[in-house]
Amino acid sequence: MTIASLRRQLLAGETTAPDIVRALSKEIIARDPQIQAYLSYNLETALAEAESADLEKPLGGIPIAIKDNINVLGHPCGCSSKFLENFVSPYDATVIKKLRAAGAIPFGRMNQDEFAMGSATENSAVQITRNPRDPERIPGGSSGGSAAAVADLTAIAALGSDTGGSIRQPASHCGVVGLKPSYGRVSRYGLVAFASSLDQIGPLTQSVEDAALILQAIAGADPHDSTCLTAPVPDYLASLNHGVKGMKLGLPKEYLGSGIHDGVRQQIQKSIDSLQAQGAEIVEISLPHTEHAVATYYIIAPAEASSNLSRFDGIRYGHRAANPADILDLYQKSREEGFGAEVKRRIILGTYVLSSGYYDAYYGRAQKVRTLIRRDFDEAFQQVDAILAPVAPTPARKLGAAGSDPIHEYLSDIFTLAANLAGVPAISVPAGTTAYDGADALPVGLQIIAPHLAEAKLLQIAKAAEMGS
Amino acid sequence: MSQPAIDVRYVANLARLELSDEEIATFQPQLEAILRHAESLSALDLSGIEASAHANTVFGPMREDVPHESMSVETVLQNAPDQAQGQIRVPKVVTDA
Repeated sequence: MTIASLRRQLLAGETTAPDIVRALSKEIIARDPQIQAYLSYNLETALAEAESADLEKPLGGIPIAIKDNINVLGHPCGCSSKFLENFVSPYDATVIKKLRAAGAIPFGRMNQDEFAMGSATENSAVQITRNPRDPERIPGGSSGGSAAAVADLTAIAALGSDTGGSIRQPASHCGVVGLKPSYGRVSRYGLVAFASSLDQIGPLTQSVEDAALILQAIAGADPHDSTCLTAPVPDYLASLNHGVKGMKLGLPKEYLGSGIHDGVRQQIQKSIDSLQAQGAEIVEISLPHTEHAVATYYIIAPAEASSNLSRFDGIRYGHRAANPADILDLYQKSREEGFGAEVKRRIILGTYVLSSGYYDAYYGRAQKVRTLIRRDFDEAFQQVDAILAPVAPTPARKLGAAGSDPIHEYLSDIFTLAANLAGVPAISVPAGTTAYDGADALPVGLQIIAPHLAEAKLLQIAKAAEMGS
Repeated sequence: MSQPAIDVRYVANLARLELSDEEIATFQPQLEAILRHAESLSALDLSGIEASAHANTVFGPMREDVPHESMSVETVLQNAPDQAQGQIRVPKVVTDA
């Protein structure tokens, strides 16, 4: 059931908010022991909040699952890390305050890669989440718990965070909708920071309309986040059904080249054909610096992460090693014991590229390439309304098949990273399924990328793509 | 950029991470591979290109300077690993000369 259909039932008196929460908990008990999308949930508080839910509000009575890196007052916020195993949030993130103001009920803590570092949710220090479409496979990541629960219908919708594709890629792998808003559209206050120039919170939903409903609730200025823009929030539902007739949609030649699985290419082509049949004009464009997105991202993101994660020192909250010899020993042992391998790898990489003698060669250079990547998009959007691309080069791989070479996994992020580096909004919309690696039907996602703050147009095109899939 | 030569133990110390010998042995080739990939950027001509710290065209907007309620001491301390007398307790920081 989508948010939109449940809202109609609630307003017609055909169901109640507590009934929705109880029904969800039954689904979770029935199926989540296998999928393991939920780290925890608090039925009691959700039922109490459902009892008093204001159904007149746009998301009144709707439970929404929350990624484990977004603070909800009184609930755990562990970022799927041993370091924050027992952390309880002392405040609501701004997105949670906004969801509550819209009548929604935060329900459930969703598994993720530790501190959102990963593309498979296998870097969680807590548990492995399985893909509901094929339990032998990854759900994608880092918002894998959020995507898997929405796909498994153990959540109606969820919030995730996207630093390099962490909403769109799991949405693609699980066959749901995932939206990364423009940089600055949604407040990050209360999101545990990974890479501050890239992080955005966004929805994972069963439909494009639901993504629009959630974005409507969470977008907008926040005095607690100075990177959050004051630009007015348009009505995202008003133009949702206006179609793509007369629009120009760009197909970057660099994105459909080698390295893409044939089944993915075929499904993306079907979506393109459908949008064309609905009246869109398809134009070939070029994003020439795409090939440098992985190198740029894997300098900038670890650099910012190494700085952001320095707050985890074992002093004020989180893990503290037992019997430290002195303060330095406390820092080093607490961090060594609390962080997993991928987090350590990225902290070291980030520290290295920021260190004296290497800063200009790596970090300084990457920031300049980011300018070139942004310019690619600026120039493309002079010609087209939006850009079409795959989300990931292949459907979901098998669990445990990552291998020992991290760079191989990083390269699979090639299509999603550029939107974060350029700060533009992008969405993953289900585009059918394909046979892959012994499986008959694995979901494929179509990515649509729009100009900065053009979420209304992005959702409008996504809706047309959804209708045609 | 020359052939990357990262001293993992040295950098880990800068990052206040006490790595085991096994971790260093694992990370060394992995980090070198990532840095080798990053070297592809050195082929680009970046003369005259400005650096982008982030993607927003505006930054540093000011909000009104209005006092508001802060978290209580109890709330701030609720996640502290060790505390005494309403404060966070840490090992001795200043040693005798």
